[in-house]
Amino acid sequence: MTQRATNQTTKISSFVLLVVVVTLLLSFFALVVAINAYSSDPVVAGWLIMIGFVGVALSAYVLLQVRRRVRSLSIEIPPVTTTIECTKCGFKNVREFQRGDFIFKEADTCQKCNSKTMITAIYREVKEGQKERSRI
Amino acid sequence: MFTSLMALQSKISQNPLGDNPISWILNLLFYVVFIVFLFYGQRIQLYVMLREVEGSLFKLKYIKEEGRKIAIETIKEIGKPQTDPVTRVDRFLEYFMITPQNLDPAGIVWKLEHVLDVRDVRLKDEVKLMAPSADETQVNNLENTLEAAMALNYIYKVIRHFYLLGKKTLSLYTIMQIQMLLPLIMREAEAYASALKAFAYGQPIGDGAGAIVAGRLMHGHETKKIPKDCVVATVPIEGRTAFVIKAEGPGGNVGKPGDAIKQVIDENEGKISMMIMIDAAAKLEGEEVGEVADGVGAAIGGPGVDQFKIEESVLEYHIPVNAVIIKEDIGDAVSPLRKEIFDSIDKAIERVKQVLLERTKEGDKVIIAGIGNTIGVGQ
Repeated sequence: MTQRATNQTTKISSFVLLVVVVTLLLSFFALVVAINAYSSDPVVAGWLIMIGFVGVALSAYVLLQVRRRVRSLSIEIPPVTTTIECTKCGFKNVREFQRGDFIFKEADTCQKCNSKTMITAIYREVKEGQKERSRI
Repeated sequence: MFTSLMALQSKISQNPLGDNPISWILNLLFYVVFIVFLFYGQRIQLYVMLREVEGSLFKLKYIKEEGRKIAIETIKEIGKPQTDPVTRVDRFLEYFMITPQNLDPAGIVWKLEHVLDVRDVRLKDEVKLMAPSADETQVNNLENTLEAAMALNYIYKVIRHFYLLGKKTLSLYTIMQIQMLLPLIMREAEAYASALKAFAYGQPIGDGAGAIVAGRLMHGHETKKIPKDCVVATVPIEGRTAFVIKAEGPGGNVGKPGDAIKQVIDENEGKISMMIMIDAAAKLEGEEVGEVADGVGAAIGGPGVDQFKIEESVLEYHIPVNAVIIKEDIGDAVSPLRKEIFDSIDKAIERVKQVLLERTKEGDKVIIAGIGNTIGVGQ
């Protein structure tokens, strides 16, 4: 029953591209200035190098993120299980949900004692990682 | 640090590249950026927000399209229509309801009930036309599937409206209000998306917790149909006579518990010692899913018609109303039943019995009403 449907969308805003290009240019300028200023003032050069690298890294990151707008969208359909229980011996059979199942529906005969069985539970289990945990 | 920054500024202004025009351009660029942010900061913020809304809008559009696709596929699979149902489905998704005028609120509940009845009949007829081979249970499930698709279509349209309005007017406040609500709206849309398959397959949902409690109590006892779309069973519990009511399953249906409870009270000439209502209720963040709590009052959601009718009926005979609720969030309420909620059914039954023992005497007549959508739950 677990299904995953995907779709792709592509769109890059010219505004974002402009901002990235301007930041990239400014960062390169900062690096050039830093190289020239290194001999005369190493402290300032250090700051400029830092600004330059941060600028280049940031614009590269934003550019990559924007390019990743070719991204996949999905609707998660969780697996649902049906529990069938024997009304006489209590034997339990858990299987994947099938269309037409409903709680209190009479199902096939019991594998153990041939008595009537009934659907007693239909539910989905949320994985441990997806559960919300609050310490407050 | 401040000294270093000052030194940096003076270094830039002293032209570290001598009379190189590059340093002039660099200086100029710094000033331009400063001025741009000074005057256009808000507009830049607006564009950032618009992009955020746009991203969510893409996702909503995809979810809405998927909802429509699932609805059409299910209709074709179950209903086996002679003609293509696409046009009818598209018309259904645009269906609307005008609520009664409330300038003079006297009698508005009956007007609202009438409009809701007309809507219900109309939607059911539409579904029957779309899916002629579907039985009553499947018609109810298909109606629920289409209503989930309808809700997704509406959410998408509202968000698109505010997005385009914000873009057109460049009003920060128009776009800001939708951007701030987006996380909650997206949660609701994702919940409806997971509800689509649950409705299409007829799986029990979190909202049906109350119906499962009633189903457990009445299972094995003779049931009788009562208006509208409800069933009642007379069940002996702890020496009391309990009239257990739920919507008729296993199709997606909430029934009209207001009418059902009124009928049971009238049939017993008001000689009912107590009523207990069991329903799924919205949990607050931080509360555990499936937590059981009890209190007083009519535990029932929806447009309010049934709550009004129940309150009127119990007031007439001064019947105390107790409520047992099973806590869950909106996502759990419309998506396939979670194990935690299913496990809380036993706890809710225990709580019902506890209330009965504490607040009634042996031989008393009580009403136990399991409220909620009974999809995937028989009796």
